[in-house]
Amino acid sequence: MSLMVLREQLNVLVNSMFLEGLLDAQFRQLQMLQDASNPGFVAEVITLFCEDSERMLTELTKLLDQAVVDYQKVDAYVHQLKGSSSSVGAQSVKLSCIQFKQFCEENNKEGCLSELNMVKHQYYSLRSKFETMLQLEQRIQAYDSEQQN
Amino acid sequence: MSSSRGGNGCGGEGERQIHVLAVDDSSVDRAMIARILRSSKYRVTTVDSGKKALELLVLEPDVNMIITDYWMPEMTGYELLKRVKESSELREIPVVIMSSENVPNRINRCLEEGAEDFLLKPVRPSDVSRLCSRIR
Repeated sequence: MSLMVLREQLNVLVNSMFLEGLLDAQFRQLQMLQDASNPGFVAEVITLFCEDSERMLTELTKLLDQAVVDYQKVDAYVHQLKGSSSSVGAQSVKLSCIQFKQFCEENNKEGCLSELNMVKHQYYSLRSKFETMLQLEQRIQAYDSEQQN
Repeated sequence: MSSSRGGNGCGGEGERQIHVLAVDDSSVDRAMIARILRSSKYRVTTVDSGKKALELLVLEPDVNMIITDYWMPEMTGYELLKRVKESSELREIPVVIMSSENVPNRINRCLEEGAEDFLLKPVRPSDVSRLCSRIR
């Protein structure tokens, strides 16, 4: 498959993620920080985001499983997740976190549980597309470095 | 030649390169701020807590600027700012605070305590360029 086709596939994928509201303008900022001297920057940040998010979702699940919920701790994790999703442009996850925070402030356990499910749903949808994105990026870069040799 | 968009080289070069210590408990945000600063040619060291920042400041006396997240467990960016400004060795180092929340009281408190600037996250290259003239 030619480099041009790969690049086109990547563009189509990323554009669809914008259209679906999975990503916002901050993701473009991320892309702009990637250049010839930092070719793996987007992949690096996405990977960190996914590792972080999964860790936090695990902790949130544990916390909300308790009979008595520590909402301060829940809020702290949601705040962190909101922050990192905002930094990478993961709009749908971020918006879900904002709602989650609201339920947390109200000490609304049912609301929190329901929103946790929503965040997970949004995150895993996003992750699946990120995986495809990174595979395409890797192939493009392999092509690029082949061409340079 | 590669050129980093948004970077205008205000971090200097060689011996005159400005060394920034970036403090943030989020690995994502550390990666972002480090990249943004390096694209403006700053030399960057990152740590994940205020405690580690203070330890490093003792070991490396050539830090020219500190940029720190506000909301961190154990020691907030505000507390780090206070410790820096209370120290005779460190007080001249400009400290910039970053936060994802636009809370006027918080911003005022930090500026009153001697923060050089307060940046809202997500931080952009243009925010860092803005710092350039203030730090020199």
